[in-house]
Amino acid sequence: MMAAAEPRQRPPDAKLMVIDERGSITHVRRASLDACLRAGDVVVANDALALPASLRGVHTRTGCLIEVRLAGRRSLDEVHDFTAVVFGAGDFHARTEDRPAPPWLSPGDRLTLGPLSATIARLLTHPRLVDLHLDGPADAIWAGLARHGRPIQYAYVPVTLELWDAWSPVAGRPVAFEAPSAGFALDWHMVERIRSRGAAFATVTHTAGISSTGDVDLDRMLPFDEPYRISEATAAAVESARARGNRVIAIGTTVVRALEHAAIQDGHVHAGDGLATQRIGPGSRLRVVDAILTGVHEAGTSHYELLRAFADAGTLVRAERELEDMGYRTHEFGDSVLIEKRQAAYEPGPTSTTQYWTDCRAKPIRIKPTPTTPIVFAGT
Amino acid sequence: MREKKMRVAITGGTSGLGLALVREFLGRGAQVAFVARGAERVDRVAREHPGAHGIVGDVSAKDDIYPIAMQIEGELGGLDVLINNASDLGPAPLALLGDTDCEDFERALDTNVLGPFRLTKALLGALTAAAREDGAAMVVNISSDAAANAYPGWGAYGASKAALGHLTRIWNEELAPDGVHFVSIDPGDMDTPMHALAVPDSDPAALKRPEAAAREIADAISARQGDRL
Repeated sequence: MMAAAEPRQRPPDAKLMVIDERGSITHVRRASLDACLRAGDVVVANDALALPASLRGVHTRTGCLIEVRLAGRRSLDEVHDFTAVVFGAGDFHARTEDRPAPPWLSPGDRLTLGPLSATIARLLTHPRLVDLHLDGPADAIWAGLARHGRPIQYAYVPVTLELWDAWSPVAGRPVAFEAPSAGFALDWHMVERIRSRGAAFATVTHTAGISSTGDVDLDRMLPFDEPYRISEATAAAVESARARGNRVIAIGTTVVRALEHAAIQDGHVHAGDGLATQRIGPGSRLRVVDAILTGVHEAGTSHYELLRAFADAGTLVRAERELEDMGYRTHEFGDSVLIEKRQAAYEPGPTSTTQYWTDCRAKPIRIKPTPTTPIVFAGT
Repeated sequence: MREKKMRVAITGGTSGLGLALVREFLGRGAQVAFVARGAERVDRVAREHPGAHGIVGDVSAKDDIYPIAMQIEGELGGLDVLINNASDLGPAPLALLGDTDCEDFERALDTNVLGPFRLTKALLGALTAAAREDGAAMVVNISSDAAANAYPGWGAYGASKAALGHLTRIWNEELAPDGVHFVSIDPGDMDTPMHALAVPDSDPAALKRPEAAAREIADAISARQGDRL
């Protein structure tokens, strides 16, 4: 599929594929997302801002140029200690797969990252993966990140991203390493329309980690453990929607990860801080989230694996074919997919090819018959 | 969960009313971040006021806004109250509109209208999150009676503050469902560097102390925001 190469969060022609609970697929304009909502639903977004987590600098001992990408932290309040991926010289213009390795790193090595300085605290399980300690008082670290850091970006977007390119309008706490980009679909007008549909809007704060390192072994470790925070108001909004039999709609995979983790103990979403450690995939049972709005993900990524908890393999294969046929754009500035969790009683079969159109009546841009597909998952 | 101290950001926080607000809110136990252009003054005020987070930045400069916003949100861990206090007089000494250089007017608009608009927009995610979490968040835009009255010589300043006032009312209408309350506050004629610039021959003793205005503003915010001060 084609990558969205222009850093525009809400292009007017953004598309939305809707996969309903029976596996039927329809296409609408993403601007009519609110038409997919029912009164009583609660829409939950991630209000974490993307830190400018890409830091250029020098490995002091060797004088080699490096790029550090902050990639993980132990808590939302952590300012000094991060897990980081270190690249050799170059920047986002080169594909991460093609980036040279950093010089040989050792614990205690010093890095100069613009106005910031850092020490490698320990090496982790991969030559590019380290625990990093940023030196100095917290305020100086924030100032250094704000002035020197850039949003992490990839070669498919050729222009240099600015801080605001990576901030969704509803985001408010700089704790994520990449933008929770499903939220790019939201602006304040959309929040208003969500409410006017009788749905509630809530947020969690989840430290969305990096989506790719360009290294197969490292990518296999993604997502790293991710701290999150759920407010009492959000926990209450989610639990009351569930009690009424209304739906919980997650804007993005990070929201699914946080809400499901917060309900691990007894099936109820509890307010507070947590560390999402679980992997969500085809075998996972979703206890809280009924539908997810997400980007267009390609098979094999951890994001795609998470979608397999919502829809069966056959449906996702059909979806992938339609996404391809209809020119959906991938990655953070791309189009979107809304997937309702398949009904428990639903068996993939002939009914999955029926156009079953319940919620999203607003302006389908094109509906085409969905072909019967063999139940084969593309990534296996 | 976080400690429920009010998180307040103040622009123009190294002199006049802004500095008085920094002191007032620190004294009331709030978490305070302040913004000003001069690195040396920011450092000094931060050193003299332990607990206050100093941020160097120019609210009239478009490229400074997001770095400022990120530091506010990062250092305070969110935001409950934004006080857009930094102001520019326009021509100094004051000038009749016919004698006002366009550049002076533009700078007044950048500082007094566009700056607060941009900073508020960048911080809206944090403010609405605070409102969802705690029931209230607030933006205070510092105004002037020159926004309402047509004082000769105060054209650039007065017109920019009038625009800020109208912006405040529209923000307030639009953000009411999200729980963010916007208010303009006219602190009155105070003994501040800006007033000395505008009216060099005024008697400081006849002017209001910025500390008194800061107390009134903090009281108004406190009344609205609940008992977290």
